Amino acid sequence: MAEWFQDNGLLLGLALLDGLSSAGLIFLVAVGLNLVFGVLRIINVAHGSLYAIGAYSAASIGIFLSGRGLPDWASIPTLILSAALVGAILGPIIERLLLRRIYAQEEVVQLLVTFALFMILEDVQKLLWGVQPIHHDTAMRWLGTIDVPFGADFIPFTNYQLFVLPGIAIVTLVGLAWFLRRTLTGRVIVAVTTDREAATAMGIDAAKVFLLTFTFGAMLAALGGALSSPTAALVPGIGAQTIVLSFAVVATAGLGQIEGAALTSLMMGLGRSIAVYFEPELEVVVPYIIMVLVLLVRPQGLFGVIETRRV
Amino acid sequence: MTAPFSRRDALAAGFGAVLLPSTLSAQPAQKPAEFKIGVTTFLSGPASVFGVPSRKACEMLVDQINASGGIAGVPIRASFVDEAPGTDHLVGEFRRLVQSEGVHAMFQSISSGSCLACTPLSAELQKLTILWDCGTQRIFEENRWQYAFRTQGYGTPEVLAPLLYLLKHKPDFRTIAVINQDYAWGRDSWELWKTGMDAMKPGVRVVAEMFPRFGSTDFSTEITRLLALRPDVILSTSWGGELVTFIRQAAERRLHERSLMVLPVAEASMPTLGRSMPEGHIIGTRGDHWNNHPSPANPALFNGLVNSYRQRFNEWPIYPVHHMAQAMWALKAGVEKAVAAKGGGWPSDLEMANAFRGLSFPTPTSTITLREDGQGLEDQIVGLSSFNDRFPFAVPKDMIQFPGEQVSAPVGQKSTDWLKTLKPDFIASAGARIG
Repeated sequence: MAEWFQDNGLLLGLALLDGLSSAGLIFLVAVGLNLVFGVLRIINVAHGSLYAIGAYSAASIGIFLSGRGLPDWASIPTLILSAALVGAILGPIIERLLLRRIYAQEEVVQLLVTFALFMILEDVQKLLWGVQPIHHDTAMRWLGTIDVPFGADFIPFTNYQLFVLPGIAIVTLVGLAWFLRRTLTGRVIVAVTTDREAATAMGIDAAKVFLLTFTFGAMLAALGGALSSPTAALVPGIGAQTIVLSFAVVATAGLGQIEGAALTSLMMGLGRSIAVYFEPELEVVVPYIIMVLVLLVRPQGLFGVIETRRV
Repeated sequence: MTAPFSRRDALAAGFGAVLLPSTLSAQPAQKPAEFKIGVTTFLSGPASVFGVPSRKACEMLVDQINASGGIAGVPIRASFVDEAPGTDHLVGEFRRLVQSEGVHAMFQSISSGSCLACTPLSAELQKLTILWDCGTQRIFEENRWQYAFRTQGYGTPEVLAPLLYLLKHKPDFRTIAVINQDYAWGRDSWELWKTGMDAMKPGVRVVAEMFPRFGSTDFSTEITRLLALRPDVILSTSWGGELVTFIRQAAERRLHERSLMVLPVAEASMPTLGRSMPEGHIIGTRGDHWNNHPSPANPALFNGLVNSYRQRFNEWPIYPVHHMAQAMWALKAGVEKAVAAKGGGWPSDLEMANAFRGLSFPTPTSTITLREDGQGLEDQIVGLSSFNDRFPFAVPKDMIQFPGEQVSAPVGQKSTDWLKTLKPDFIASAGARIG
């Protein structure tokens, strides 16, 4: 074992750096889904579409503003503002016009409705942005690269990948934890997550909490998409790829568990990176292996609590 | 009350079922009011980067052909089917188009999986089927098809030509890494490449074989590993958004300064990449239809296609546009040949299909001939990425043209078996510089 670490220690170090940025992006998308799932108890398949629309919107707004002389440094706040805009517009529309009508429906109906919404939004993306890849990488290029020592060699990493993505994920995690535990609105959300019936009986306006939570979840999905846009080419189907992994994170983390989502994202990000170095064939399945292993031991998820059900 | 169904009735019904189709097919075919084609292509999902331009090209060409009198005086009408829902859906749609809509020819498909699933239907339904884009070598190497033809090259020449270019351009490379999409084309193209490479340059060390999930949007980890490994050559047959993402992430981290990249399907991504594409790397186009082709065989046809597509859609044509155009021109040439052979009468499905065997038809850049097995022989042009004043994206320089028959497995031989027989001296004799 010690010999293996001696031979592969440097590679493992590189894998850790890659895994951190990957985990950051996974977390941003999954935590929004987890929040919505925890409060609204709806499996929102359209969360992937919000990710994709966030990415496309950020790229389009960035391209538009760059063409009008926006300084390069401003492309980073533009990403965040674009995501906030997408969430603030689409979140309330979807919650008010669609989800509100199906809260009392069976889970399968809810699943079908959000899946239908996902399909509609996929076509909307094609109508608005076409099918050719779109990209806007000003933020990544402006931040440049840093050479990380690797034995006698060095490996260039982008500062965006190494610092911005994990940094924003950490800020989001800390901010969310503070918001949910230290503010009145956050505590109300936690109360609805824990026991919706009791919270409503105590006078909490559940409809308002649902609207707020869904809008916030939509913003987080769009933020994940917006932050991926400087590094990825945007094409039809990116939402579908994202939503599957996000579901794995939610299932592994436990219902509505923010810290659980962070730890799971980290495990999955690092697991995938390590697999690419040492067993690339396993890269695709590593997140799901982690999910199965966790659920075998803790069916309620890493941080989930076992719920009692009235019969 | 229903009458009892006797044994005699059953026999009569059975004979009827057997004899009726042959009786119908013996009827002289009537000239239709319109020539219906069913086109399968990706209209959604990641591969719609190819499918939507191909649909646009098809609609444009149908308009152009109809404006000039149609095919043998018959106007064309195209119906489109999305490949994205999968092969089960596609097989059903293929049947519906032939049996309910009465299409006269099917155009399929982008995905090799779609072609493998639907080509047997050409025989079952006895319907002319043109394979307009898919590249799997298995179609015509594992079976004989009477009604199916491929009007462009396929995986073997599309992989062998860039390999030969590499062996000429950088003969001293010792290590290689591959990063392909994790699906049939990614795996098959690597098998073809490795078989040919082992035959013509044995001893090359494969330092990494990476097949990221189809649809991946981040290759940072793979790029870090490639940067650490420093292979002489990196092969990627990826396409679409994934290739764009890989190149952009790699270029930002200066991977192109450490390794020579070989990108056999790069052409379609060049307009999107723009100036992000590094210069001096090997690029291919699944054929010879580069926008900067130095000496197209039919300049009027070439300029007509490129200019009309650009004017109508405000974008440069990419290879699926050319492949769709090849299929349309092959259809026109084949049907008109069959009509002429019948002295102006309308041919049956079988007579129409027979006209395609051995058919030669002009393309903007050359002439394609459909071999006796149905496979088209399309030349391949490979070059090094470069920039000039004419194009806002990379185009090839130092181009080498490889004749289709030189880089395709002979009729009756399987590609992997044929590639194993190639010798190092084949490298010098293959291809010729153009431009």
